[in-house]
Amino acid sequence: MILLFEQLLNGLQYGVTLFLLAAGLTLIFGIMGVINLAHGALYMVGAFAASWVAIQTGSFWGGLVAGLVASGLIGLVVETAVIRRLYARDHLDQVLATFALILIFNQTTVLIFGRQPLFTTLPEIFSGSVEIIPGLPYPTYRLFVIAVGLAVALGLYFLINKTRIGMLVRAGATNRQMVRALGVNIQGLYTAVFALGALLAGLAGVMASPIVSVQVGMGDEIILATFVVVVIGGVGSVKGAFVAGIVLGLFDTMLRAFLPATLQQVMPGPEAQALGVGISSMGIYLMMALVLLVRPRGLFAARG
Amino acid sequence: MSPVLDIAGLVKTFGGLTATDHVSLTVDTGEIHALIGPNGAGKSTLINQICGEIIPNAGQIHLAGRDVTRLPPAGRVALGLGRTFQITSLLDDMTVRENLGLAIQAREGGNFRIFDRAAKRNEVWDEADSVLAGSALSARAGVKVADLAHGEKKQLELLMALSQRPRVLLLDEPMAGLGHVESQQMIEALNAARGECAMLLVEHDMEAVFALADRISVLVYGRIIAAGTAEEIRANPAVREAYLGEEDA
Amino acid sequence: MKRDNLVLLAVLILLALVPFAAEFTGQSSWTKLVGQALIYGMAAASLNFILGYGGMVSFGHAAFFGIGGYVVGILYHHFDAGTAFLGIIPGTDQMLVTLPAAVLVAGLAAALVGALSLRTGGVQFIMITLAFAQMFFFLFISLKTYGGEDGIMVRRTNALPGLNMKDKATLYWVVLAFAAAYYLFLRRLVRSSFGQIIAGIRQNERRMAAMGISTLRYKLYAFILSGMGAGLAGALMVNFLRFASPDMMHWTRSGELMVMVILGGVGTLAGPFIGAGALFTLETTLARYTEHWMLPVGILLLVVVLTSKGGLMALIAKLKGGAK
Repeated sequence: MILLFEQLLNGLQYGVTLFLLAAGLTLIFGIMGVINLAHGALYMVGAFAASWVAIQTGSFWGGLVAGLVASGLIGLVVETAVIRRLYARDHLDQVLATFALILIFNQTTVLIFGRQPLFTTLPEIFSGSVEIIPGLPYPTYRLFVIAVGLAVALGLYFLINKTRIGMLVRAGATNRQMVRALGVNIQGLYTAVFALGALLAGLAGVMASPIVSVQVGMGDEIILATFVVVVIGGVGSVKGAFVAGIVLGLFDTMLRAFLPATLQQVMPGPEAQALGVGISSMGIYLMMALVLLVRPRGLFAARG
Repeated sequence: MSPVLDIAGLVKTFGGLTATDHVSLTVDTGEIHALIGPNGAGKSTLINQICGEIIPNAGQIHLAGRDVTRLPPAGRVALGLGRTFQITSLLDDMTVRENLGLAIQAREGGNFRIFDRAAKRNEVWDEADSVLAGSALSARAGVKVADLAHGEKKQLELLMALSQRPRVLLLDEPMAGLGHVESQQMIEALNAARGECAMLLVEHDMEAVFALADRISVLVYGRIIAAGTAEEIRANPAVREAYLGEEDA
Repeated sequence: MKRDNLVLLAVLILLALVPFAAEFTGQSSWTKLVGQALIYGMAAASLNFILGYGGMVSFGHAAFFGIGGYVVGILYHHFDAGTAFLGIIPGTDQMLVTLPAAVLVAGLAAALVGALSLRTGGVQFIMITLAFAQMFFFLFISLKTYGGEDGIMVRRTNALPGLNMKDKATLYWVVLAFAAAYYLFLRRLVRSSFGQIIAGIRQNERRMAAMGISTLRYKLYAFILSGMGAGLAGALMVNFLRFASPDMMHWTRSGELMVMVILGGVGTLAGPFIGAGALFTLETTLARYTEHWMLPVGILLLVVVLTSKGGLMALIAKLKGGAK
């Protein structure tokens, strides 16, 4: 029971990380119509910048700021230099150009930081754990990550539903032509949305940096899961990204935590272990295939 | 004579909006039945329901006596339904002749011959050539569709639709965007095709409608408000008010 | 037409001479390099049939490549161990059995994936094909019997009656023969009635449906044919490298196949082969000088995508046009 609860919290923490990444990705796709495979690279940038600064200065908070600044700035550069030229292109060109960006980002990171993972330590206030229910001490930092994720979700909700920019964003995700017709500075809106997405991806990277191994390629693994979240949630829908992110985070974590042991009860150990891990990794993709079969446009498709 | 196309009580709603509201109409063999109505009257939604791109909420569509209400588009074509598009819809990278050739091939319901040579199917190309020779496009066979003028595209669409030998042809605003001369050409082409198949003509151009139609139905806000011969429609006060009146203004 | 065939013949003769040239210059790695490029070319060409001619952006094509490879690997594993797959199907090392089996199994997998994926379009299609490829990837990783993450070693290349397949040059010529046959098959395919209809669907699916073509069925058949081609390429690759691993179906491999298609020229017959050759040569050459070869490759790819339309084939056409 306690184990289950702990895994639920782990799932929630993975879920909010996926949400931070998916929120930006779904807006970028919904509004600009660009498939950005390199979104995971911005997650990596955030993690590396934060870790490096944290190691140099000894300050987690300094790292946090550095991670956000770096991912935001690089996001701006990428939008101006590459993404902007992809708005009018077809999906194939977008996939390939952003695939090229992944290669470039990964190798540049290797050139700067090498292949060894970076490790950071947590600041004093996060090093302990909190006993949420009796018998379950849970790391404070992970709770902090969950809190940050939920706070961002709330902030995005207000930004999108209560502000003028949010109105444009919603309109853009539903009907791109309409926003163009409104005479808004569309390029400015695009750049702002992309930078916001980059910032959120960077934040996800910063948050993850003390608990995952910060190394080249870390973005490639999570970007696929993020795309699954976006597609299940419905392209363009932040609400969908939130629901799908949390559900997938929980689902994936539960599978990984409990499936191998369950299989071990019916078949020999090593095979069960391997099969359990394999099927767990397939889980989210299977879920996406099933969702798309029933709802070809995802759960909360913004576009009609 | 039983109608070749029989639409009864068709309803389609989008959210709160009722696009077609219990629409019924028939098209008899050999007849040109025109459907007119102001913009937003639901004409396109109706056409798309007849073609099978949209499934109605209620009502039935019978084609040549068979209930096709839930049949996918390809199945309806096999039963003899043809169409042209409001915004011309052709294969832009191919030539006029190739477009026509594909339409003729498609008459067999398509095929899965993966080893034949499309360029050597003489029966197809002979037919395409003879159709083109008797048309306004006789000199344009080798031109890529992307390079055609708008009126020529409209003509090609009609040729392709006719070459499939449909029982009923849905014409979605064939005059749209045509100049005066081109319109006259289109009216002539349609007149010449009369008798090859029945037609449901959706059109704004009143001159064309009155020149061609055996019967006219008037669709306003998703409902048929009047139906009859050209004279009857001209004389109908409700139509004058709801529709023709706007034209005069 | 005649000139095309002459060029093709000349290229084939040149390619056939590669083992001699390799021996003559002492660059024995050439044969292996060109052989691999030819096999990747086949895989890329199979993808190009649905991508370039059919307009279906499949991001999971490496799955069929890998499945074809694993069929060879698994059959060899059981042949070697004297056991049977699922206790029924005995193993074999006969190429005349393994290749058709690989094509068949890859085709079945493509039928399954295609039937489920082709109902969607746009980004959903891209992502669902990717998802299926990932499922296959993780499936094979989890099969401990077949080496899990490490894959299967195929200690001896499959046998072909009358040929000494242990000889590197012979194996290369077998690969070349398959590549040439596949090229001719694709040429016939895209010029067939079926190929014309597929091209029509790419340009205007709605129009084709309005002409009574059941577009979904056509797209599915094309998808299956394409998957079978990738399966054949994968089976050859495992014979050529004597190794099958989950890496063959990693999602970046699917990306690479797309890169080859784009680099060479989408929707052209020779493009994918040229693209595969170019990318493979570039990678191998750069890797000799720097471990960071991915950086220049990435930059080059970005420049190609952003600035040009039509890839190397368009460039060749332009040069030919200029020379006339």
